[in-house]
Amino acid sequence: MTNRAKVSLPSTPMPLASVDAIVLGASAGGVDALLAILSALPSSLMLPMIAVVHIPRDKPSLLVEVLGARAHIAVREACDKDVLLQGLVIAPPDYHVLLDVDSGGLHLAGAQDVHLALSNDEPVSYCRPSIDVLFQSAADVFGPRVAGLVLTGANDDGALGLQAIKANGGLCAVQSPDEASARRMPEAAIASAQPQLVAPLNGIIQWIIALDAYRAGDTEGTVFRER
Amino acid sequence: MRSFEGQNGDGVFDIELKLLLEAIFQRYHYDFRDYAMSSLRRRLRQAMDRFGVSSLSVLQDRVLHDAHALPILLDYLTIQVSDMFRDSTHFLALRRDVLPILATYPSLKIWIAGCSTGEEFYSMAILLEEEGLLDRAIIYATDVNEEALRKAEAGVYALDRVAGFSESYAKAGGKGSLSDWYTAAYSGVVFDRRLRRTVVFSDHSLATDGDFTETHLVLCRNVLIYFDRELQDRALALFEQSLVPRGFLALGSKENLRVSSHAAAFDTFDMHERIYRKR
Repeated sequence: MTNRAKVSLPSTPMPLASVDAIVLGASAGGVDALLAILSALPSSLMLPMIAVVHIPRDKPSLLVEVLGARAHIAVREACDKDVLLQGLVIAPPDYHVLLDVDSGGLHLAGAQDVHLALSNDEPVSYCRPSIDVLFQSAADVFGPRVAGLVLTGANDDGALGLQAIKANGGLCAVQSPDEASARRMPEAAIASAQPQLVAPLNGIIQWIIALDAYRAGDTEGTVFRER
Repeated sequence: MRSFEGQNGDGVFDIELKLLLEAIFQRYHYDFRDYAMSSLRRRLRQAMDRFGVSSLSVLQDRVLHDAHALPILLDYLTIQVSDMFRDSTHFLALRRDVLPILATYPSLKIWIAGCSTGEEFYSMAILLEEEGLLDRAIIYATDVNEEALRKAEAGVYALDRVAGFSESYAKAGGKGSLSDWYTAAYSGVVFDRRLRRTVVFSDHSLATDGDFTETHLVLCRNVLIYFDRELQDRALALFEQSLVPRGFLALGSKENLRVSSHAAAFDTFDMHERIYRKR
């Protein structure tokens, strides 16, 4: 509770809804941005997060180790058919990550019925993993019950995917291009999806914590209730 | 709890998708009904673009009434992309740790399940030849897509892919140069037909067909990721039945047996490389 009480009121209204997962994408400068986010998220965070971070395809990925060392939540690399759990799942190099519902049907709100599905289909716009592929799949499976987040990057990946999330009623957030170490990806995502939130990392972190609290119905005593 | 809609906000895309798969099954006996929905959605959206149709219902009408549409659609549903010696450390582990054990058998049967356009087959054949085992081996290279099998049998690959193949070959412990095994011709390379002297290419569906008996190694990499859990289990049951006791199963680097009901039938031989051994 204490770390929530310390959160200051954001300058822009913070869009909140009941979501069951957060998908996020980052490219150039993304590791530092993710480190900043992860070091600020509390271990009590329940919302599952799935990330695509563009890294060289042919090198063994140290992302899980690097991010895990700073995170208070569990950080894992995605494996096919793994159940989507609390913590952060990272797309492995050279695979797309998609989502499926256990029943083969539709996700039930609040239910833990989603698992990861890997694909080695062709790179999309030279990217594998592709942020667009993850986001489109999240939009298909979660509908309005997902939040998409685009961070720093020097290409357009994520713009179409974020648009799909928005079109299916989900929440969209983008890191402020002015703060991002590479502004092209945030700008492309903003133009394509008209996200509900554009904020620097500090605001993004507050938003993630608020989403988690909102979903848990645990809004008592947080600043977000006071607005 | 309330359910919500899938694609297009109302779940209609998913309904059409399932109806299309049912139609293909009833009309042509290709069974994709237990493939993972996530990849099916992606690939069928791509197919809709290719056919220039506005919905999967229109595509269903096309494929039911026009037999020429089927092979085109099958490419979207079945083609797996692979590279030679993809995940070079996997092939290094096969060469270094698995083949010496297989070399103790007087004859070998190897099943490459879901061989697609043959990259994995040529990788395996080169490995076996370099280790002096190809003449002792019978290789079954199977796929559900006959057009892919024809390409596999032809062994022709675009020139621009070969640099990547060569690099992976070297990392996988290749004993010479990959160019020892192909001839450059125009914009492509043709792999040496001698690599095919012990292979049988065969049309086979992991969803509907039976197993091959007494195999010593089953290679099925990045095929199961496109199946749902039930179909994965069916395929793994086939592999289990097919393998001799202590036979090897080699999966893709992000696939695992952990979530399968067949996990108990296998020991882990090399966790990192996803190589398992039948108990």
